[in-house]
Amino acid sequence: MSSRDSILAAVLKNQPPLTNLPDISGFKVPEEDVVEKYKNTFSGIGGLVYSAKNIEVIKNHIRENFDTEKRIVSTLPALSDVAEICSASVEPQSFEDVELSIIEARLAVAENGAVWLTEEVMGHRIIPYISQHLAVVVDESLIVSTMHEAYAKIADEAYGFGGFIGGPSKTADIEQALVLGAHGPLSMTVYLIK
Amino acid sequence: MKIGLFIPCYVNQLYPNAAIATLELLQKLGAEVSYPSKQTCCGQPMANSGYEHLTQSCNDLFIENFSGFDYVVAPSASCVLHIKDHLHSHADEKAASEIRGKIYELVEFLTDILKIDTLDAYFPHKVGIHQSCHGLRGLYLAQMSELVAPDFSKPKQLLNMVKGLEITELERADECCGFGGLFCIAEEAVSVKMGKDRITDHTNHGAEYITSPDLSCLMHMEGILQRNNSKVKIIHIAEILNSSSIKV
Amino acid sequence: MKGTQDHATLAEVFNRDEDRVDWHDGALWWIRQKRDRSANLTPQWEELREAASAIKSNVISNLHDYLLQFEDNLKKNGVKVYWAADAEEHNQIVYKILSDKNINQMVKSKSMLTEECHLNEYLADRGIDVINSDLGEYIQQIDNEPPSHIVLPCIHKKKEEIGELFHEHLGTEKGLSDPTLLTRVARNHLRNVFMTRRAALTGVNFAVADTGEYVVCTNEGNADMGAHLCEVQIASMGLEKIIPERKHLGVFLRLLARSAIGQPITIYSSHFRKPRPGQEMHLILVDKGRSELLARPDFRDSLKCIKCGSCMNTCPVYRKSGGLSYHNTISGPIGAILAPNLDMKKHADLPFASTLCGSCSNVCPVKIPIHEQLYKWRQVIVKEGYSASRKTFSMKAMALTLSSPEIYNTAGKTGRWILNHAPFAINNKFNPWYKQRDMPDSPEQSFSEWYSKNVKKS
Repeated sequence: MSSRDSILAAVLKNQPPLTNLPDISGFKVPEEDVVEKYKNTFSGIGGLVYSAKNIEVIKNHIRENFDTEKRIVSTLPALSDVAEICSASVEPQSFEDVELSIIEARLAVAENGAVWLTEEVMGHRIIPYISQHLAVVVDESLIVSTMHEAYAKIADEAYGFGGFIGGPSKTADIEQALVLGAHGPLSMTVYLIK
Repeated sequence: MKIGLFIPCYVNQLYPNAAIATLELLQKLGAEVSYPSKQTCCGQPMANSGYEHLTQSCNDLFIENFSGFDYVVAPSASCVLHIKDHLHSHADEKAASEIRGKIYELVEFLTDILKIDTLDAYFPHKVGIHQSCHGLRGLYLAQMSELVAPDFSKPKQLLNMVKGLEITELERADECCGFGGLFCIAEEAVSVKMGKDRITDHTNHGAEYITSPDLSCLMHMEGILQRNNSKVKIIHIAEILNSSSIKV
Repeated sequence: MKGTQDHATLAEVFNRDEDRVDWHDGALWWIRQKRDRSANLTPQWEELREAASAIKSNVISNLHDYLLQFEDNLKKNGVKVYWAADAEEHNQIVYKILSDKNINQMVKSKSMLTEECHLNEYLADRGIDVINSDLGEYIQQIDNEPPSHIVLPCIHKKKEEIGELFHEHLGTEKGLSDPTLLTRVARNHLRNVFMTRRAALTGVNFAVADTGEYVVCTNEGNADMGAHLCEVQIASMGLEKIIPERKHLGVFLRLLARSAIGQPITIYSSHFRKPRPGQEMHLILVDKGRSELLARPDFRDSLKCIKCGSCMNTCPVYRKSGGLSYHNTISGPIGAILAPNLDMKKHADLPFASTLCGSCSNVCPVKIPIHEQLYKWRQVIVKEGYSASRKTFSMKAMALTLSSPEIYNTAGKTGRWILNHAPFAINNKFNPWYKQRDMPDSPEQSFSEWYSKNVKKS
């Protein structure tokens, strides 16, 4: 008998009688201005968030705040004059020298400041993690209040990889002192557009 | 209203004043109180040590002593909780079940059954409340700090009726004192550290007395207080609530 | 040797440095407070806990079918699936995956399961080097010490001690202890590790049966750095990590980081579903005592655990004795109810390392009645014969005394007489109570005696 068979047999034999799944539709959506809530939450955890009238404003902000001599990548065609438009068909190690990546979010969540990215918008899966700095463009109409709403929107999409990203990477492993910038990006900037 | 007074073993032997205060208080409030003389203990020390299977004769003795009252009342949250959760009998489960349904710790008896709203009591001191874990998380005598739920406290409710008494605050409202039954011996170092920390919290906020519905916690803290020659005293809540007759 | 000493002994050693205990206790209490603040800001928090508990109850009761569903979906997604009955088999599987591809270096993100399996040591013995990439776990690894907390692996270490380790192993300046600077050094060192290792292993926080995806949560981004750069990605998971549907992640991701550290979500919650082109993904389903625990009606609810660590942060015994006193990978209250199932003899002391205060059960996001299980494990441990025989003897003596009013009254009177007239018999170094506490004063008469003298019987 293989381990698979013996494990499954043991589980079947030992599991208790069936109890039903709860109904989780009752988690209320708070009455709130999701954009304001998102901004407050995200900046509260050490992220930088700006409202941008249009893509030009974003480009100017990037030029002013990041070192454009270093490598900047994006999957947003509109940013092609500040960033290299990247694809997934290269070795992930080739992105080691990326200073800044700019990605468009699929949605964002006000209760925790996280953005939801899937591999299509990342370009390559490694990009939002390996960049020294991360910037994410979020359309305000895609901000939801809670994770329940986020998963309702995500539904049963058949992505190969997706991730919530809730701020700059961090650690407090050394005496609980918060350090922004662990293994992922040192900073995260969100540009909110309408 | 016929009340069977249950006095825990160590209260009986070491803190008779708390038992006397309980008796007097209940009588003052109009109850007819009997003290079954053959009572011994609720069996908790053995059960908590993993020897629940040895407590049957102790349980049977308890049932023998306490059947037939309207209520059973005890000045000890942990003993009452133990009876509520663990009193069973092969011989007479019906009697055990009845007792489990009518046994009360003193504070909850006063607030929930007698529903008193005044007390003729005077205790002009600063008093810190120690929420014994069994009283708090077992008998739900007050709201638990971990839960997101409305605040309330039965001991506070009663102490607020005592004239001259000032309740002092705490940094950690309901951290355990470290008595834990045989834990206080088996894990002496951690037990004492936990007791010291509770005391420091109280003294940092100016408490002159530390009170609780549980003398086991108070006995443990008293041991530390006396070893360190502290002026702070412990006192069971029954003695405060009955305090017009205390000679200070 | 630490492994053979019991909790009480190790805790006594920990308590010799009271300032350090205060520091450790204060750090974890602060995290408990962050959890409280976060919970109080979350509407319907107690309903969320109830929902999470009910979802996990359903999982435990339907685990067989969910495992089959999960396996089926994993395969459809292109992930290779393996089943391991125990630690040895798990380690063999990992070794085979790596050696088949001639890989001799791997980077690992946090996985308590592989820590329990002693995977790193197993692979090291076979010429495969594994580096733990989570900063806290990395620190513990270079110090050759297990993690003391499942979420905060080196919470017991001071920054100067960490600085000293970095000086020794990474060549930093002696005396450097600034957390930011130390973290930057680790960042650079581990970045090179990520860049050059062909294999990465992660744990699994949640495994979704209906989509075949699994979620890995970190704050540091180390799981992603390992996974997206490697050729061979391995995930090790305990059977109980299953959740039924993707939407249930909403419940668990709202509870996990808030319960653990008072954050609304971990920085990274990565949903792995299919390998990327040019990459292999492998997932190992591990039993290691879980199907056995499933058979115990009193204890199976501990399988609901989502490894948040909040029980450790709230437990006063844990805070004042340190995770390493529990001599088990998973320490604290949850460790004390999981470990006896794995090795009752070795861990018989753990359910007694508690006052049964119940705080743990209240913070548990899936409402495991931890303190009730601690009580029940004590009964099992005594019945199975793992209690010291002298303890059994004194318990039997106590049972006899307390079931006989006559013996009880005599014993009480005798005890009080000794306290009053021969205190030296009790107030000495053989009495553990007396080490740091005075004995209670002994009244001349008990309440029973007072009652029989003073209360007229009608």
